[in-house]
Amino acid sequence: MTPGMLFTQNGSAVARSEIPERSGDRFCETLISAVDGGWRVVSYFGAAEAGSLRLYCILSFKSHAALGIMSTTVTGNSFPSLVEAVPQLHLFEREIAEQFGICFEGHPWLKPVRFEAQLASLPAVPPKAPEKAGIMDFYRVAGDEVHEVAVGPVHAGIIEPGHFRFQCFGEEVMHLEISLGYQHRAVERMVLGRPGLRTLKCMETVAGDTTIGHGTAYAMVVEALCGARVPAKAEAIRGIALELERLANHTGDLGAIAGDVGYLPTASFCGRIRGDFLNMSAELCGSRFGRGLVTPGGVQFDVGRELADKLRKRIDVARREVTNAVELLWDSPSVMGRLEGTGVVSEKDALDLGLVGPAARASGLNRDIRRDHPFGIYNVTQLPVETAKGGDVYARTLVRWLEIEKSLHFIEEQLAQLPGGSIVSPTAQLGENRMALALVEGWRGEVCHVALTDGSGDFQRYKITDPSFHNWSGLAMALRGGQISDFPLCNKSFNLSYCGFDL
Amino acid sequence: MFKAIIARCKQGHRTMAYPREPLALPERFRGYPEIKADLCPKDCRACADACPVDALECQPDLSLDLGKCLFCPECSRACPQGAITHTPDARLAANHREELVVRPGDEHRLAQALEKKMLSLFGRSLKFRSVVAGGCNACEADTNVLSTIGWDLGRFGIQFVASPRHADGLWVTGPVTEHMREALLLTYEAIPAPKLVVACGACAISGGPFRGSPEAHDGVEGMLPVDLYIPGCPPHPVTILDGLLRLLDRMP
Ligand code: SF4
Ligand code: SF4
Repeated sequence: MTPGMLFTQNGSAVARSEIPERSGDRFCETLISAVDGGWRVVSYFGAAEAGSLRLYCILSFKSHAALGIMSTTVTGNSFPSLVEAVPQLHLFEREIAEQFGICFEGHPWLKPVRFEAQLASLPAVPPKAPEKAGIMDFYRVAGDEVHEVAVGPVHAGIIEPGHFRFQCFGEEVMHLEISLGYQHRAVERMVLGRPGLRTLKCMETVAGDTTIGHGTAYAMVVEALCGARVPAKAEAIRGIALELERLANHTGDLGAIAGDVGYLPTASFCGRIRGDFLNMSAELCGSRFGRGLVTPGGVQFDVGRELADKLRKRIDVARREVTNAVELLWDSPSVMGRLEGTGVVSEKDALDLGLVGPAARASGLNRDIRRDHPFGIYNVTQLPVETAKGGDVYARTLVRWLEIEKSLHFIEEQLAQLPGGSIVSPTAQLGENRMALALVEGWRGEVCHVALTDGSGDFQRYKITDPSFHNWSGLAMALRGGQISDFPLCNKSFNLSYCGFDL
Repeated sequence: MFKAIIARCKQGHRTMAYPREPLALPERFRGYPEIKADLCPKDCRACADACPVDALECQPDLSLDLGKCLFCPECSRACPQGAITHTPDARLAANHREELVVRPGDEHRLAQALEKKMLSLFGRSLKFRSVVAGGCNACEADTNVLSTIGWDLGRFGIQFVASPRHADGLWVTGPVTEHMREALLLTYEAIPAPKLVVACGACAISGGPFRGSPEAHDGVEGMLPVDLYIPGCPPHPVTILDGLLRLLDRMP
């Protein structure tokens, strides 16, 4: 294994004093050799400590279920950029540069990420006011017959805001640049200090369609910091809720993809069946989005025999209906014709960009937190990881469908064998001067939460990495060389979160 | 094609009977609150202290602001007396901000129809332009769902359109992030008068979970004139539809 790192596991906390702090050079060398050796960057962020900037990199090594933490302190106002050797860092470096005003020497283009105000002002760095969202230099292609198409922030339909710039040669997209930040609510700043009920509500709504994903990651952070053990029954209920969230969103996405290629039967059936899954979440906790279910220490609502039976029956019906609706897709050559070969992201690009979740798996990357860094119920029950080869819209559609099948099976199994006992354990005061890490495989992919506590157990820094943070670059890449008219379809096949990215 | 027809038969006709018949809601659904202040011991603040968004006031009397409320399980659990419960009543929308404050003994105020002239303009065809201004995508999702076959919003003549120029009203979700403020106001301006504004969800009404954020504006209050407030985090689709149908005087 790679020296210079502290090894830990998903859902645990370490003393901050144990985290090795390396010189800038050592840090860079270690990071590059770790990635060369098969480690993957989960998060890379800064925290203002004692008047300077400390950088933390969290890496994952899947075959050992190991997470590595490394750190360095930036002296002055710049640090070497590692993007050339480790492209998956490109957005992380931009984010750190924006949040702390430092420069990454050699970064190809240090642009704003979400046009946010600096998180802290450092003595070595002159303060800078943030720019207005969307106002920056975009990558431009010049020449006869080259034109630029600008879309957003307000789009047609009921969709979150974002700005898209296409450089086109006729219909062909040479480059797409995506500029976000419009949804920025300063979540990372809002949750600093003593965590309380409000903290949980902010976490549940980091990305509202991933309430269980983010809620669980936050709960894991708190549990790691106070040493709470989650009862087995609560873990099972969390798992059921997480898979229901996956089912609702994947089903909705399959419908949206079908709708985008003009295949209305599947679009309308899936639109409705998605609602059935949301309603099952509401049976669990009263909210279609799972609000109020997960709480640090466990869950707030029990599932008794009667409810379990009711849900099993509804899962059974939903399985038949969703199978019927989705099979139509595979049977329609005109649909397949539109999905196959559209919006390809090669395995190499996916690997370089550090894609996660179904989008990564559709490009052949075999990664899934539920198996690689198991948490909660997935420590005792494995779900098979589904991958595909093509990296096109078809592959992203297929992977979703295969995951739907597995999630349905998982939920049925869990409902049939729910353990007894309590559903929540008490939480205590959070440990002081610790770092806690939690990874959850949400429906879009890896949700990563990292907390640093201070001497009184308050959050001094809280870093959230939504899967969309990794994956928006994948969408931009999928459009390269494609037709601009394929954008809506490619976009749906990724279905990324704006607010999860913008925080 | 043939398979699609068979599938169509299997999936059946699914547009719901609502509003002709009531909609079955899940048992644990949390809707309109019931407050029994006579059960409150003197100086008890258990519920107010448990509320993550200060939706509860204890002085002079217990009151709950639906415009801030996230309809979470916290206050009812915190109250040892059972003085606060959420009933399964999903009718929550109102026309005025102050009508969202529920006090013990209050009658349940429902959204009222538009005045006659507006009703004659919008009663049979109402088009909204949605602007998401920091929404978490749940308010958006449950608004979107109204256009699926189960709800079929189109049967009431209500639609979401792509251009503000084609719209009769603005549909706002989210706490209004600073980065979206200008786009929101420009969209409002672009809608031809007379126009309506709907604030959908706790965020748009009061900031929701992001109330007090340094980068958001606690909703549209004071920024735009609101014609319909739809509480919830997010509001259940039936809460949204109920509000709209009352506004258009279309409740049977
Ligand atoms: S249900 Fe509403 S009033 Fe009660 S604690 Fe939650 S947000 Fe506050
Ligand atoms: S009110 Fe709640 S559900 Fe709606 S956008 Fe705000 S946080 Fe999301």
